[in-house]
Amino acid sequence: MTDAAAPAPRRIRMTVIGPILALVLLVVAGALMNPNFLGWDNVTNVLARSAFIGIIAVGMTFVITAGGLDLSVGSMAAFIAGLMILVMNSLVPTMGVGIPVILVGMAVALLAGLAAGLLNGILITRLGIEAFIVTLGSMGIYRSLVTWLADGGTLSLDFNLRSLYQPVYYGGIAGITWPIIVFAVVVVLGEIVMRSTAFGRHCAAIGSNEQVAKYSSVRVDRVRLTTYAALGLLVGIATIMYVPRLGSASSATGMLWELEAIAAVIIGGTVLKGGFGRVWGTVIGVLILTLIGNLLNLTDFVSPYLNGAIQGAIIVLAVVLQRDGKARA
Amino acid sequence: MSVLALKNVSRSFGPIEVLHGVDIALRPGRVHALIGENGAGKSTTMKIMAGYQPPSSGQVALDGRPVAFADMGQAEAQGISMIHQEFNLAEQLTVEQNIFLGRELKRGPLLDKPAMRARTRELLDRLECRVAPDRVVSTLSNSDKQMVEIAKALLRDTRVLVMDEPTAVLTRAETAILLRQVRALRDAGTAVLFTSHKLDEVEDIADDLTIMRDGRVVWTGEASRMDQHAMANAMVGREKSDLFPAKVSTPGEVALEVRDLTVPGFSHDVGFTLRRGEILGVAGLIGSGRTETFEGLCGLRPATGDVRIFGESVRIDHPWQAQALGLCYLTEDRKTRGLLLSKGLRENLTLQALAKFDRGLIDTGAEERALDQAIADFDIRGDRAALVGNLSGGNQQKLLFAKTLLADPRIIVIDEPTRGIDIGTKQQMYALIRKLASEGRAIVVISSEMQEVIGLADRILVMRHGRVTGELGANATEDAIVKLAMGVATEREPA
Repeated sequence: MTDAAAPAPRRIRMTVIGPILALVLLVVAGALMNPNFLGWDNVTNVLARSAFIGIIAVGMTFVITAGGLDLSVGSMAAFIAGLMILVMNSLVPTMGVGIPVILVGMAVALLAGLAAGLLNGILITRLGIEAFIVTLGSMGIYRSLVTWLADGGTLSLDFNLRSLYQPVYYGGIAGITWPIIVFAVVVVLGEIVMRSTAFGRHCAAIGSNEQVAKYSSVRVDRVRLTTYAALGLLVGIATIMYVPRLGSASSATGMLWELEAIAAVIIGGTVLKGGFGRVWGTVIGVLILTLIGNLLNLTDFVSPYLNGAIQGAIIVLAVVLQRDGKARA
Repeated sequence: MSVLALKNVSRSFGPIEVLHGVDIALRPGRVHALIGENGAGKSTTMKIMAGYQPPSSGQVALDGRPVAFADMGQAEAQGISMIHQEFNLAEQLTVEQNIFLGRELKRGPLLDKPAMRARTRELLDRLECRVAPDRVVSTLSNSDKQMVEIAKALLRDTRVLVMDEPTAVLTRAETAILLRQVRALRDAGTAVLFTSHKLDEVEDIADDLTIMRDGRVVWTGEASRMDQHAMANAMVGREKSDLFPAKVSTPGEVALEVRDLTVPGFSHDVGFTLRRGEILGVAGLIGSGRTETFEGLCGLRPATGDVRIFGESVRIDHPWQAQALGLCYLTEDRKTRGLLLSKGLRENLTLQALAKFDRGLIDTGAEERALDQAIADFDIRGDRAALVGNLSGGNQQKLLFAKTLLADPRIIVIDEPTRGIDIGTKQQMYALIRKLASEGRAIVVISSEMQEVIGLADRILVMRHGRVTGELGANATEDAIVKLAMGVATEREPA
C-alpha cells in the first residue's frame, strides 16, 4: 500500500512492445532494401494510403473493445461513395459546379454513415441479434445496393466537380495531405476517448463482462449503439477522403476493408472478444499492414502477389503473441 | 489403509493462506463427510484432493505413496473423480455424448454408437435414472444432471468420488435417490468424500466425518460420535452473539414502499415497506424467487408493480434509473455480475459511480484517492496492483461493497452478503451493514443462511414460490422461518 500511484503492473509485456517492435523491424528492413523507402514521397504515400483503413479501424477499435464486430464497413464505404457521387452529380444542373455541391456531398456522406451505423447498432442492441449476423447481412445489402446504383458498372463523379474536389485527397498543409491530417486528428481524439473518458472505460467494461457492466448501472445498450454509430460516422469521413482520389465508385470499392480494419485492430493488441482496446496499437497495426504491401512493391525479393499471405501470417502471429498477457481469472 | 489422503496440506492464494496444515484420509468403502461453514476451506481441500490445484505445502498420498497431480486429468486417470456444485456438462450435447465425452467408444475410425448407447443405459439403470440417453442435457432437471455426472464418474472406474454439495439443488425425494446411490457406490468399495450443509443428511450417510473451520480441521473421527447439534457447534466455533452486531435500529421515514411487484416467471404480488435505518431480511429456499424479485425491483429484469421511493411513485426499467433514485442492488454473484475479474481494483471500484470522476476526462488522481479510501475503510487486503480475479473472495466482496457504496445509495439491496467468505470477514460485513443502517440508509439483506437473517435483520420477510408467505420480527426462530419457507403443512427440514 506504499506506492499509491501504481495503477497497473509495469512489467513490459510482449503485447505492448510486440507491435512496435514489428513496425520498427519493417521500417529498418525497408530502409536497408530501398533508399527511397524513407523518402518524403514514400512516407506520405504510405500514410495517406493508411488513412482510409486507419480512420475506420479507430472506430472498429471501440466496437471490438465493447465486445462487438462490424463486417459491413467496406461495403458501407462503397455505398456511401456511390450515394455521394449520385447526389453531387444530380445537383450539378441546379447548383452548378461549386464548393456548395461538394459540401452537400460531404454532409450526405456523414449522415449516411451515421444512419448506417445507427441501423447496425439498433438491430444489435434493440433486437438482440448477434453483431456478426447483423453486419454480415448489412455487408451484403450495401454491396448489392452500390452495384445496383452503378447498374453493375462504375459511378463517376462529374468531371468538373472532380477537379474541384481532388485537393481534398491530394492537397494539404505544408506538404502533409488532408487524409493524413484527418487520420491524425481522429487517432488523437480516439486515443483520448478510449483512455480517459467514461465512454472508453464503459466500452472496456462491457466487452470485459456485459453482465457486470449492466449490474454496475452502465447504460450498456446506449454505449454499444454509440460505438456502431461512431464507426458509421468514421466510415463516412473516410469515404469523404477517398472519393476525390479516384472520383468514382463501383461494386469493387472498399472491398475487404472490413477485414483489413479488423486485422489492424487485432495486430495492435486489442482483444478480439472485447474488454481491452488501444487506439495507438490500431494505428501501428494499420501501418504494418500498409508497409508490407509497400515494401513488396519497392523490392524484388518477394512477389507483391504474396502480400496477402504475409499479412495473414502477421495477423496470426500477432494473436499468438497476445496470449501471454491474458489475465488468470 | 487410506486410498487418498492429505497430510499437513497448506494452500495459499497470493499472500493469504486459506488452508493451514489439513490432514484428511479417505478409506475405501466409506463415506467421508466434510463439513464446515462457507469459507472454511472445504472447496479448496476437495480441489487439492481431485488434482485441480496443487497444495502449497504438505503431501497428497495415493495408496500411501506421495503423488503430485499435474492436473485433474492425471487424478482422473488414477481413479479420482470430482463432481462439482456447478455441473461440468456440455449442455448442448446428449446424455450419452456427455458420459462418453473424451473417451468415446470407437469401431475403427467411427463412433460405436450402439455400444455407447447400451453402456449408458446400463449405467443409468444402476442409478435408477429414467432419462433417455439421447436427451439433450440442457433439458434435464438438476437431479438428472447430477445423475449424469455420477454416471460419468462410474464409467471412469472411480475409486475415489469427491462430491461438492451434491444435494444443494435437489429436492427431498431426489436426495433420497442420490444417497441410495452413494451407499451403493460405497458398498462396491468406492471411497466417497461428501460435503453438505444439511446436517441431517450428513448424520444419515457419513461413516467418517471431518469438520473444518477457518481453513483448519477442528474435528475428525467416526461420524457416529457426533450428533447434529455437536456438528453445528464445532462448525461455528463461536457464539452467535459474537458474530452479529447489536440491533440498535431507530427506524425513520419510509424509504421504500412496494406493492404488487410481479416479476414474470419468478414472483407475484410482492409487497413490503422499508424504513430508513432498518435492515429487512429476506429469507426463503433456493428457487423461491428472492433474487429475481429484487432484481426486478432494481430494473435488472422486466417487472411490474407499484414502487414508491421516499413517497414518490417511480418507474424503474433499467439499473441506472434505480441508481439515480438512490436504489442499488449488490449482487450475490460477484464473479460474473459484480466485478470485472480481468481488470484492476481502481477500474472496478469506480465503474458504478464513474460520473463522480468524470470531468470531461476521467480524473484518475481522484480515482486513486477513492481507492486509498476504500482500502482503508473496508480493510481490503492484497496487492493493490493485482487483477481483481486474483483477490480472495472476501476481499472481492469488500471491493464490491466499496464499489456500490461509492454510488451513495439511500436504499441498498444486498444479496448474499457473505457467500463464500471467511468468518472473520463475515463479522466485518455484518458490522458494516449495521453501520450503514445506523447512518440512515434503508437496507434489504437477502440470505440463504438463516442464522445470518436472524442475526442481522430487524424484520424478516419470508418468500416461497415467488410470494411473500409471512413477515417475522427481529427475534424470529429458525423454526418459524422454515415453516413459512417450506409451507406450513410440510414436514420440518433444516436448511
